[in-house]
Amino acid sequence: MDLTAIQPAILIASLMVSSTPILLAALGEMVVERAGVLNLGVEGMMITGAVAGFAVAINSGSPALGFLGAAAAGAALSLAFAVLTQLLLSNHVATGLALTLAGLGLSALVGKPYEGMKAPSLPKLDLGPLAEIPFFGRVLFSHDVMVYLSLALVAGVWAFLRYTRAGLILRAVGESAEAAHALGYHVIRVRILAILFGGALAGLGGAYISLVRVPQWTEGMTAGAGWIALAIVVFASWRAGWVLVGAYLFGGVTVLQLNLQAAGAAVPVALLSASPYLVTILVLVIISARGLQGAPAALGRSFHASG
Amino acid sequence: MIALEKRPQPSRLWRAATPLLAVALTMLAGGVMFAALGADPVEAIRVIFWDPLFDPDFAAYSRPQLLVKAGPLILIAIGLAIGFRSGVWNIGAEGQYIMGAICGAGAALALYPAETRAILPLAVLAGALGGWAWGMIPALLKVRFGTNEILVSLMLVYVAESILASVSSGLLQNPEGMGFPGSRNLAQWDAAANRELIAGTGMHWGVLTAFVAVIAAYVLMSRHILGFQLRLSGEAPRAARFAGVVPGRVVVICFAISGALAGMAGFFEVAGPAGQISIDFGSFYGFTAIIVAFLGRLHPVGILLAGLLMALTYIGGELAQLMLGLPAAAIQLFQGMLLFFLLATDVFVNYRLRLGRREAA
Repeated sequence: MDLTAIQPAILIASLMVSSTPILLAALGEMVVERAGVLNLGVEGMMITGAVAGFAVAINSGSPALGFLGAAAAGAALSLAFAVLTQLLLSNHVATGLALTLAGLGLSALVGKPYEGMKAPSLPKLDLGPLAEIPFFGRVLFSHDVMVYLSLALVAGVWAFLRYTRAGLILRAVGESAEAAHALGYHVIRVRILAILFGGALAGLGGAYISLVRVPQWTEGMTAGAGWIALAIVVFASWRAGWVLVGAYLFGGVTVLQLNLQAAGAAVPVALLSASPYLVTILVLVIISARGLQGAPAALGRSFHASG
Repeated sequence: MIALEKRPQPSRLWRAATPLLAVALTMLAGGVMFAALGADPVEAIRVIFWDPLFDPDFAAYSRPQLLVKAGPLILIAIGLAIGFRSGVWNIGAEGQYIMGAICGAGAALALYPAETRAILPLAVLAGALGGWAWGMIPALLKVRFGTNEILVSLMLVYVAESILASVSSGLLQNPEGMGFPGSRNLAQWDAAANRELIAGTGMHWGVLTAFVAVIAAYVLMSRHILGFQLRLSGEAPRAARFAGVVPGRVVVICFAISGALAGMAGFFEVAGPAGQISIDFGSFYGFTAIIVAFLGRLHPVGILLAGLLMALTYIGGELAQLMLGLPAAAIQLFQGMLLFFLLATDVFVNYRLRLGRREAA
């Protein structure tokens, strides 16, 4: 096998690209969970975003509109989850699963006519001389706008949760809905807004797969990325900075195994293609063995103001 | 102002009525979807729910299919429901189903071309063991390290799919298959074939096992102390601990039962309707069974009925594809909607609507 074919600069650059979908989805889910809601429908929202973004981009010719459409579609699907869990008080786990199953069906249905088409490409952001810097130029300054947007969102979410009043209210709702309610905050409203934000980000993440990473539409193309995003939230102990670390770690594993497959490494292909999932399990085990820290106290519990 | 008011006791009437209401609502919403796809909604609903059973041209073929499709769904859902009632979330039944098929088929093919009657029961056992072992991974990780069983069991589905792809063009590949991926056809090998037991009914060993599982699960959950302990840990985990129920044991038992049943379902499928291990063997039954379990109210008898209904939508969906050109994905969405509507209407089991202004607390 030829390991010299794997260049570090390109490896890191492609790592950032392959991590972006998971990063966006995990960041959104982190906010949802900080508000005390466990939405297991990330996979369904991602795949819906992937197909919606692809369809809008093809029909309008604009990838930017595609991403907007994907965010809207992800949010719309998450609204169904919000109505069920927040207004009709259904079980979070079961409803999230329903969302994933419905999302997979919906996306397959909508995406049928788009199979085999090619998406309009998202141009790389022209950063002029910065991109010329050896190594760092290739790694840091040769990406499309979504990569930078995802990084900006990490910083934004971190600052929002840490420094703003609204972020404090959101965390209060997630720690103790009863206390937040007693203080006069609208628990249900805060949670619905958080769910919509999570849905929009999952939709963006899905669209990044279908518009940039692949860039095509195939049925079931998210292939568990939504579930890995859920695992990353646990890995990150519900902190924005660690979501970034987690997502890039998993992106790294994915890119590395693809590169090893291409380089013809003497490792069974089945093991390589299963490696992102095996690593996820391994990381979950290590994190859990240490004891879960930072889980919102009211995570996954329905709230009903009984007057 | 409409407000929800908690009932002092869950309503038994609503508990029985919501699945029917959900089916009715799904038919309505499905009708709208079919209309949007350019089919006559009334005709589409008839083709899906009526024609497979009563149409003179198709019923002869599709009636037996009802049991063939319902068998694995019921078998898997029975196991899942025991877990769901105990607060143990096994979402990876699809992976256990695939591993059961691989282990069962592998055990049988290791003895090829022997012709003894011991092969079928041996292979069923191997299938159950394969599913059980795959289920033990999330269970033991949960007990030992507190790892989230939902995520681990789900990740293992993707791992199982990789293994399936690998063995169908490697370890279990048919040496006489001219290099095509896929194992020998078990359905054509008398000693291992899971044959139709009563001609023209679709009844095979897997369906029979599913019926036995329904009865066994009913006895376990309603009449046995273990079932009581399981239900107690689902509804009141703290009370269960004070009563001496070990939480780790509950997790292991639930995953053992659901993994073994899913594994058996996998083998019965590969030795009968599917015939061989191939890369596209995974059929989503493991996920659809989750819908079946909830639609059946996590109760064995309910699951039996829900499994038959879900099987009907599968067959009806195929018929609708053939007759009306509806895409296969439409049925998948249809099934997903069913779970949605069920969860939405479930609110009335524990709450009632009250009209008028809420009085000040």
